[in-house]
Amino acid sequence: MNEQEQEFYSRSTDSKYGKKIHKFTRTKESLIKLFFTLNGVAALIFIILIFIFLFKEGFRALEHIGLLDFLYSSRTAADGTTKTIFEWYPTSDDPRFSLVPLILGTLMTAIPATIISTIFGVAAGIYLSEVANPKWKEFLKPLIELFAGIPTVVIGFIMLVIGASFFNDLLHPDNRLNAFVASIGLSFVIIPVIASLTEDALHSIPNDLRMASYGLGATKWQTISKVILPAAFSGVSASIILGFGRAIGETMIVLMAAGNAANITSNIFLSVRTMTATIAAEMGEVSQGSDHYYSLFFIGIVLFTITFILNLIAEIIINKMRKKNTF
Amino acid sequence: MLALHKKKRDFVGTISIWIVRIMFFSLVLALLLLLGKIVAQGIGTISFEFIFDDPKNNMTEGGIWPAIFGTIAVTFIMILLAVPLGVCSAIYLNEYAKDSFFTRIIRTSINNLAGIPSIVFGLFGLGFFILFIGRGMDEVLETGLLFGQPALIWASATLAVLVLPIVIVSTLEALNSVPKSHRDASYGLGATKWQTIKNVVLPQARPGILTGTILAISRGAGETAPILFLGAAFFLPNLPVTDLCIGDYCIPMINPAKQFMYLAYHIFILATQSSNPTKTLPIQYGSTLVLIVLTFLLNITAIIFRYRFRKSLGRL
Repeated sequence: MNEQEQEFYSRSTDSKYGKKIHKFTRTKESLIKLFFTLNGVAALIFIILIFIFLFKEGFRALEHIGLLDFLYSSRTAADGTTKTIFEWYPTSDDPRFSLVPLILGTLMTAIPATIISTIFGVAAGIYLSEVANPKWKEFLKPLIELFAGIPTVVIGFIMLVIGASFFNDLLHPDNRLNAFVASIGLSFVIIPVIASLTEDALHSIPNDLRMASYGLGATKWQTISKVILPAAFSGVSASIILGFGRAIGETMIVLMAAGNAANITSNIFLSVRTMTATIAAEMGEVSQGSDHYYSLFFIGIVLFTITFILNLIAEIIINKMRKKNTF
Repeated sequence: MLALHKKKRDFVGTISIWIVRIMFFSLVLALLLLLGKIVAQGIGTISFEFIFDDPKNNMTEGGIWPAIFGTIAVTFIMILLAVPLGVCSAIYLNEYAKDSFFTRIIRTSINNLAGIPSIVFGLFGLGFFILFIGRGMDEVLETGLLFGQPALIWASATLAVLVLPIVIVSTLEALNSVPKSHRDASYGLGATKWQTIKNVVLPQARPGILTGTILAISRGAGETAPILFLGAAFFLPNLPVTDLCIGDYCIPMINPAKQFMYLAYHIFILATQSSNPTKTLPIQYGSTLVLIVLTFLLNITAIIFRYRFRKSLGRL
């Protein structure tokens, strides 16, 4: 008998576990359970605190600035006519707090970025899931995910020094830094998100469907476009919604590349100012407790609410998809 | 019937598949060009002095050591705060909690937390950590204005909340992948719940937890928006370090009450507020290359860990 066996037999003959569990052990177990429960509760508390502190500071803005003032300001001109102004000038002597130009700026960067990213991201997802050699896929998917990890400040910097000049020479836009340059930068971040989630959605479609389609004589492309994509429609749309949410919440790229002039425009080649960039640019210089300070928190609430709703929609869609796909 | 046996000709389909293929590789090409540009421009600047020297002459010369040190210090404290809390709450959710309304709320809010814009976390850090906790501590401890201002600890704490979902989700995935039969076998041998978790579940889940931790570090090191107003400084001649003395022995320790330089913030500042853009451009590319290499190394390690982990579970 070697040492290991000896140890085994000595343990098995008088095993401490064979006895009834000791009272001390039971107390210890319940204390450990309590410890982990407290941690779970602490994590939840932090999440709730984000809600509370954002809303607490943001709603204080409503004490001084009315909810309607965040939409527009009415000013009476010298000749007695009342004008409705949509302007964000929180630091002037006659402060105006309309969020319209900021929301418009956010949409002007986020929507083109989402369109570009949807085209390329879904194509990349189709390629990875359906077209690429499975051996290559093992290498290509992590590569795409690796690019999702590029810090956004790096993309902002590249768009600022290279992208802006490139598009300036190519398209001669009205402003050197504009919504278009920012949305190209945003695409670099969102394409990997959409591509990766689209690939997941397509990959989760059972192989039986593909085989059935081939069995009916469909070609590869017919199978992809008429069977796989419709079956994965909800998953793909969830990935686009999540990508749109990312585009709305992204800060550094739009701060560096969108020009930061609060224009109300539908011209994509003009500078715009997004909600995120406004918080980032103005929070450092604002005096705490001023109307301006609270209104920045109010923008935070708007951002939080929009992205929260988008994420919730995406999650509901994904959950429904999971239930549907389990045959 | 015979027609079916002929090889199908689907010109539209073939062209479409080629378009998809070309789009994918143009995407990869664009990303590689982006990287190539940074490497080509930045590699000339990288030297031992660049990494380990202080910035000089209004940041037009010298190195970026304070920014690198600040990044390491902030992420180090962030990990100390986020990983234990994240791992323990994941253990609670996966091992102890029953599937109730309460746990479903936690899971949903964690998933949603991951999608909240990082700048909103910055607002939270300012409102909660600095103004509520910091100012509150100042009032209670009567320290004047010591804690209630932007500082390293508050930046780390805010980033910790930011990366908490990453840690929790990847730990949950790792715990979930440990087969139930292993747990049953452990109970069958008479082990208690904690003994099972400690000796059976956690050792198997370790690579998954490590993956989450590494991804969290890379995310934290790359974030700029939340720390903009939480203590990141334009230029600081001194590292955020203070000697901690016990008797005669002094050890230099990270001082969490100080402001700090941050690599990602450094790139932002040089790109937008440089005093002499042509002179600082090489330094910008150099700093960018350092940051990219740092995050890529972390991400690649995480991807390899995850690949091996999944392979060891027989999922691939």
